[in-house]
Amino acid sequence: MTIDPTHAAGGADSVEEGDEHVPQFSTYLIGLALAVLLTAASFWAVNTPLIYGPGIPVALATLAVAQMGIHLVFFLHLTTAPDNINNALALAFGLLIVGLIVFGSVWIMAHMNYNLMAMSHPMG
Amino acid sequence: MSATDAALAARDPYHVGHAGESQARGHGAGGPASKRIVVGYGFWLFLLSDIVIFSCLFASYTVLAQATAGGPSGKQIFDLKRVALETACLLASSFFCGTASIAVARRSQLWTQVALIATGLLGLAFLFLEASEFAALHAAGDGPRRSAFLTGFFTLVGCHGLHVSVGLLWLGTMMAQLFAKGFRADIRRRFLCFTMFWHFLDIIWVAIFSLVYLVGTKL
Repeated sequence: MTIDPTHAAGGADSVEEGDEHVPQFSTYLIGLALAVLLTAASFWAVNTPLIYGPGIPVALATLAVAQMGIHLVFFLHLTTAPDNINNALALAFGLLIVGLIVFGSVWIMAHMNYNLMAMSHPMG
Repeated sequence: MSATDAALAARDPYHVGHAGESQARGHGAGGPASKRIVVGYGFWLFLLSDIVIFSCLFASYTVLAQATAGGPSGKQIFDLKRVALETACLLASSFFCGTASIAVARRSQLWTQVALIATGLLGLAFLFLEASEFAALHAAGDGPRRSAFLTGFFTLVGCHGLHVSVGLLWLGTMMAQLFAKGFRADIRRRFLCFTMFWHFLDIIWVAIFSLVYLVGTKL
């Protein structure tokens, strides 16, 4: 077995040189513009009379999810390309866990609050 | 395209490798995935586990958000102007981090360092704004011990701030490594992990400013 001299220094391998794609500046610009737009929309949505009051948190959550998607695609370059499909699958699993934890906790605790209410305020 | 390629394309139109003969690297016939892809995937798994930790903090905050125990509510203590400024700092920082990755891919030492300095200064500005908010709350007697709501708030937002602080230390060492060791393949993989970490912090902040600060002013 021969030792490739390029492998000697800190595990640097010349084989890897080929698969680093140069990210486009325009990608980051588009991502930044969309993120600024969605952030501005969020701050606008807080105090607008145009959205039905109790619906504002839902609007904010929607805008937040949209902006996270923008960050994933334009900044983290998450795609479903062959060399990236595992990342997308791992994200899907992560989202399942996050959904279970957040919605599960809120759902259960809201019910517990409701059930305990009668105890803290006895009738009569 | 040969006949076998056409047959493969029919069975595996998106080249995910399920047909077993895909030429994509990391999917059987294409040979193993490159180290850069594997390192990025491993770090991505770490980030997802960090997201799960944050989701627990988000869940506890949401559950405790109404439990003010006679103390101030979110509406009374949240200053949206400061939050907007923090958001702008972190978003711009994330953008400069992206331009730094372009500079690294193009092997420009000068622009790499310039972009990373901008990234770091904006990150510092964010931390300063957050620290001044925490200090003001603490001085007013509304520290994490005041109510369950404030405990949840300080834990969640403070954990993000801690991540940003650690990220800034990592940024400093990354700048030094890029400067001293140049654009070696292993250094570029470390840098890839750093950019992923920094963009990830901005994603968490999007959730915080939307679901903690903005929704908090409506509750």
